[in-house]
Amino acid sequence: MNQRPARPLSPHLQVYKPQITSVLSIVHRITGILLTLFAAGWVVWLICLNRGEHALQTFQDLLSSVPGMVVAMLATWALFYHLLNGIRHLIWDTGHWLELDTARRAGWAVLILSLVLAALAWRFWQ
Amino acid sequence: MSLRSPLAKARNHGSARDGVHHWWNQRLSAIVLIALTVWLVLAIEVAASGGFAASRAWLALPWNTVFAILFTLSAFYHGQLGLQVVIEDYIHTRWLEVTLQITVKLLALLLSVMGTLAILRIAFGVAPLAG
Ligand code: HEM
Repeated sequence: MNQRPARPLSPHLQVYKPQITSVLSIVHRITGILLTLFAAGWVVWLICLNRGEHALQTFQDLLSSVPGMVVAMLATWALFYHLLNGIRHLIWDTGHWLELDTARRAGWAVLILSLVLAALAWRFWQ
Repeated sequence: MSLRSPLAKARNHGSARDGVHHWWNQRLSAIVLIALTVWLVLAIEVAASGGFAASRAWLALPWNTVFAILFTLSAFYHGQLGLQVVIEDYIHTRWLEVTLQITVKLLALLLSVMGTLAILRIAFGVAPLAG
């Protein structure tokens, strides 16, 4: 019953040249996974805030260590990227921006804007 | 012979995954999260920079309490719907897939409740658990 016909399998990702559209697509997935982990971090912050001053201090010390800063910067960018590209997804769902050149241009815009917004937010927060 | 009728067996090979419902809820939670993310980005500075007492006072302001709870619930709801698809796409060993799906959903539920409880305790002025 479960025998599969010996057809060629698709897609073979490794034979495709990476393109802006395909790269941004997998980055949306990766940032989605990261954001779920960062949402867990938000809950840890809340729990520390509920627990007491000492717990909150520990959390903040971790966040202002070098690895903590790297994680926080990554989180900031991931949030903006997923937000902007998510809006691009929602526009696609209405049937717009699906032409290849529009999809490419909007993709570059999302990438650049996400970096700019992350940098701005980081400055604004300092 | 089997307890199950041939019809029941045949039906099992159809879709059983509420595809449209899943798709729609992922979009709806995404739209809600657009607003909540903007709120979080603008508010986090005020929330986190003033120290312990100031952060608690900030979270206890009614609108912040409301948005913080909504953000927590929608983020885990949307994230869990998303991770479900990621697991469906990459994990093809049935027992592992089912185990991961259940683990992700239960963890999302647990973190949602833990986050909401912490917010509510602070909002209602319950004293910190430890000094
Ligand atoms: C903390 C907030 C968020 C978390 C934890 C999160 C998490 C995720 C995850 C894990 C996925 C699955 C990725 C995949 O299937 O490839 C996903 C997909 C998606 N997210 Fe988010 N997300 C968040 C915020 C947002 C926001 C603000 C938007 C706004 C537009 C958004 C729009 C989308 C869309 C449209 C999809 C579906 C993409 C597809 O069909 O492939 N997300 N998200």
